Amino acid sequence: MEALSIEQARDYDHKRYLWPMGFGIILLIGALTSVGLYAGMTLFLFSAPLITYGVIPLMDWLIGKDSANPPEEALAALESDPYYRWLTYIYVGIELVFFAFLAYVVGTFQLSWLEWFGLTWTTGILTGVSINTAHELGHKKPRLERWLAMIALAPVAYGHFYVEHNKGHHRRVATPQDPASARMGESFWRFLPRTMVLSVASAWRIEKERLARKGKCAFSSDNEVLQAWAMTAVLWFALMAAFGTQLLPFLVLQAFLGASLLEAVNYVEHYGLLRRKMDNGRFERVQPAHSWNNDHIVTNVFLFHLQRHSDHHAHPTRRYQALRHFDDAPELPTGYAGMILLAYVPWLWFRVMDPRVVRHYRGDIRRANLQPGREEKLLARYPAADAAGEG
Amino acid sequence: MARYRCGECGFVYDEAEGCEHEGFPPGTAWADIPDDWACPDCAVVEKPEFDRLDDTTVEH
Ligand SMILES: [Zn+2]
Repeated sequence: MEALSIEQARDYDHKRYLWPMGFGIILLIGALTSVGLYAGMTLFLFSAPLITYGVIPLMDWLIGKDSANPPEEALAALESDPYYRWLTYIYVGIELVFFAFLAYVVGTFQLSWLEWFGLTWTTGILTGVSINTAHELGHKKPRLERWLAMIALAPVAYGHFYVEHNKGHHRRVATPQDPASARMGESFWRFLPRTMVLSVASAWRIEKERLARKGKCAFSSDNEVLQAWAMTAVLWFALMAAFGTQLLPFLVLQAFLGASLLEAVNYVEHYGLLRRKMDNGRFERVQPAHSWNNDHIVTNVFLFHLQRHSDHHAHPTRRYQALRHFDDAPELPTGYAGMILLAYVPWLWFRVMDPRVVRHYRGDIRRANLQPGREEKLLARYPAADAAGEG
Repeated sequence: MARYRCGECGFVYDEAEGCEHEGFPPGTAWADIPDDWACPDCAVVEKPEFDRLDDTTVEH
């Protein structure tokens, strides 16, 4: 196997010239929002939710999938191609400019409550989707990228995610101990407060243990959770100093909406999936079977291949352009954008997803990650008695 | 002084250098690192699964 050059590897990436859409869509939403503001069309102030929950799921359905994988010999060259990482850097710059613009508008324009809400929701979608870019950056080894990850998380006040996701979620994924892995029978609305509260607690514990090894207390300037939250404090105070303290409800609500969007994606990613416990009490190593994937092109472009989630968990430091699709990994019926809509309606979600979890475990849901207290009900509905044992 | 490598992402723990960020000062022996410590870069590989590098191993 001869490694390919960057030029040779390029041809294997079918989405190469689509990736700039990751920030292109923010520019589009920025343009639509401006039209809405200056032409007085309130509907346009809702452009981000309309695109996220309407246009993107529809486009996924119309355009379909691309499951092409770059060959093994192209991976190193794809990863080293600076083009891809520059797109994520540019994204963070555009995120910050648009965020500041929205704060300026909300702080200084005379707005009806409906206009205020539309702009706040649009901001929440912007900062929520930006958590995905922060996620891509935060997994990388270069200092610059980790630093940009924390900056990208500042508007949405979710800086603890940088610590919790990498060192908490990735180690405990698809186990009952992971606050960011949803359980079969757990609705999104139950998952949301559990993951939000326990993720903060987990991030804090991780930093506390690391700092204890250094002989420092948790309230140290070395604490990366505190560093990330300090960035939010600086940014929010600067915006309030510039555009007025009446900005505070906007800042808080957009942060909550943004974080909920990220948590909806988290809900989808590992729903019901469980790693086997080995004889030594530890969980088996993470396998492709422990993440839900999807290869719909549109959502994959906007989320930097996040939906090739099994490969991401197998190789967390691998860059988005080099992530691969697995035929035998659990597959969702549509892209994450459509799936989070479904997640908001639990009875519909359970109807679509529970049978998929059952099928994944060949009828034996005792092997799934079940919501405590709902085991009996679930087993009554999906009896494991005549299921094949191993599979 | 030995070195240990994460088989997933290539992170190397060098006993001579330690890993200050993780709270292991230079000279911290591999034996003194807790078993539940995972690779700080990828978190996929835990200490017991790290590969010991001998002095002739060339990193790639
Ligand atoms: Zn590693």
